[in-house]
Amino acid sequence: MFGPNLFHNAGGCVAVILFGIGFSNLLLQKNLIKKIIGLNIMDTAVYLYLAVKGYIAGRVAPIVTDGVQEVGAYINPVPSGLVLTGIVVSVSVTAIMLSLTIRLYRRYHTLDLDEISMRLKKEGL
Amino acid sequence: MRFVQNFPFFSIILSMFAGIVSSVLPSRAAKWVNTVLIVTVGILSVVLLAYLTGTGEPFVYWMGHFPAPWGNEIRAGVLEAGMALFFCVIMLLSMAGGRKKLIGEVEYSKHSLYYIMVDLLLSSLLALVYTNDLFTAYVFVEINTISACGLIMIRQNGRTIEAAVRYMIMSLLGSGLFLMGLCTLYDLTGHLLMSNIRESVVQLMEQGAYAVPLTVTIGLISAGLAIKSALYPFHTWLPDAYGYSTVSSAAMLSSLVSKGYIFLLIKIIYRVIGFEVFARSRIIDVLFVFGVLGMIFGSVSAIRENDIRRMIAFSSVAQIGYIYMGIGLGTQIGMTASIFHILSHAATKSLLFIAAIGLTDVSRGSRRFIDLTGAGYRHRMAGVAFTVGSLSMVGVPMFSGFVSKLLFAEASVGHVYKMLPAVVALAVSTILNAIYFMKTVIRIYVPERRMDREIITVRKEPVYAAVLVCFILLNIALGMLSQPVVEWIGSGLDMFG
Repeated sequence: MFGPNLFHNAGGCVAVILFGIGFSNLLLQKNLIKKIIGLNIMDTAVYLYLAVKGYIAGRVAPIVTDGVQEVGAYINPVPSGLVLTGIVVSVSVTAIMLSLTIRLYRRYHTLDLDEISMRLKKEGL
Repeated sequence: MRFVQNFPFFSIILSMFAGIVSSVLPSRAAKWVNTVLIVTVGILSVVLLAYLTGTGEPFVYWMGHFPAPWGNEIRAGVLEAGMALFFCVIMLLSMAGGRKKLIGEVEYSKHSLYYIMVDLLLSSLLALVYTNDLFTAYVFVEINTISACGLIMIRQNGRTIEAAVRYMIMSLLGSGLFLMGLCTLYDLTGHLLMSNIRESVVQLMEQGAYAVPLTVTIGLISAGLAIKSALYPFHTWLPDAYGYSTVSSAAMLSSLVSKGYIFLLIKIIYRVIGFEVFARSRIIDVLFVFGVLGMIFGSVSAIRENDIRRMIAFSSVAQIGYIYMGIGLGTQIGMTASIFHILSHAATKSLLFIAAIGLTDVSRGSRRFIDLTGAGYRHRMAGVAFTVGSLSMVGVPMFSGFVSKLLFAEASVGHVYKMLPAVVALAVSTILNAIYFMKTVIRIYVPERRMDREIITVRKEPVYAAVLVCFILLNIALGMLSQPVVEWIGSGLDMFG
């Protein structure tokens, strides 16, 4: 039942597996840098998914060449546009996470989020 | 096209520009830009609301020159305009009430940054309320997250930075799920505009095609937005973020940021997936269960808390649980109750946060209950305001909390399976609410022992007192004039359809 569909959607499956890897890294890693790497894997997996779904074999980017006007010759440009927008968003949140990580590291000299929490409890602010 | 129909677009673009302009302005000017902006957007929303109530028809506004399947759109109905107005009112009051604390807690050179964040927060909230395009919604969800993170960490100490990191991690998990759900939905339907997706979903349902992927999509989107709005098991970042950030931030985070996501979810339920389809999927039961769990465990955590700000924060977890419980009932009246509770909780929770700083200020800055003894006598206005907020949260008649509890109870009666758990959870949660709020109210009105009393003079703060009075009036207005509000929500939901 799943065989042919799975093969047909191999790209989508890879993207979803990568999404899962990134998601669990972001959720479960203790080290902040590894968390951020997880975040980037997760976001990139979504772009892979969009790219795979937006690609149609035999069609080209929607720039009119050689006077070919018919719609069937070109792909839909919107998924690529979504990927670009997504990359911008992902870069900005990564920047924020990294800057927060630097601040925490300067203050506590560790990247382990659990250890930072323990020290905060000890400080008893 | 009438000129009024430009107003949603104007409000969004005005607040973005205000944020950009504020980056080169000195702090004082940025403050005025911010206040003028919130008032202007509020006035625009009032005019829009009046216009929409007059015509009784929602309208769609093209962003650019391309019609429906290609262009981006804004859509406004009475519910959206009213929500925008309400967000402006709460934001204005929270900013005014917390201004003095902001000056004390944040370096003066960073104030203009704070106002930039608030401006961006307002623009993203307005965009979430008005947009008719799912991907635009995603982008503004992220802008909302970034500005909320800025609001948390503007006060620099270890706790707030750690809270900001935890908040970011949870939010990013949520937006990752949301984005994945959105992409699969786009893959299934081929559209990004809400109304077009809706038509395709209806077609898919008629053909009986893609039932499993559709359910997965609904699950991903609901889970993403639930994580972002701190539904019960995902609330771990919340107490620190609300408890240690500066008070305006805490008030805005609890009453605006999380509510923006919930409003987006409600909009998606009605305008993208379709209420019937959502009600038939099993996802709704999951939301219901976590909502009920949140109502009880949020309150239990609040009882165990020994810090007044963190206690109020945990109470938010319980209240978010109420809202999801209402959504999970899967009826129109349940949804009305949830939206009413969004309003009532926003009005009450920001009142409690703002009143709590008045109480802690007269207790040598300590937030532990033992030091708050008799604080209600030292700062009478804050004491009264805190009492009003507590009574409203517990659900005493005359205040807004009572009406939302009544609506929730009404909504759950008549539901075959969910009536018993919903009503029991309401009762238990009300008792637990009463325990921790009444404990606090009694504590602040217990006279201090004479020997360790020291004279603490309270400076007159007319703005702070005026803000508290406004909040109290808002609360009583929601509680006493609930009928028009409920009718307004009902007509707004009808316009969604």
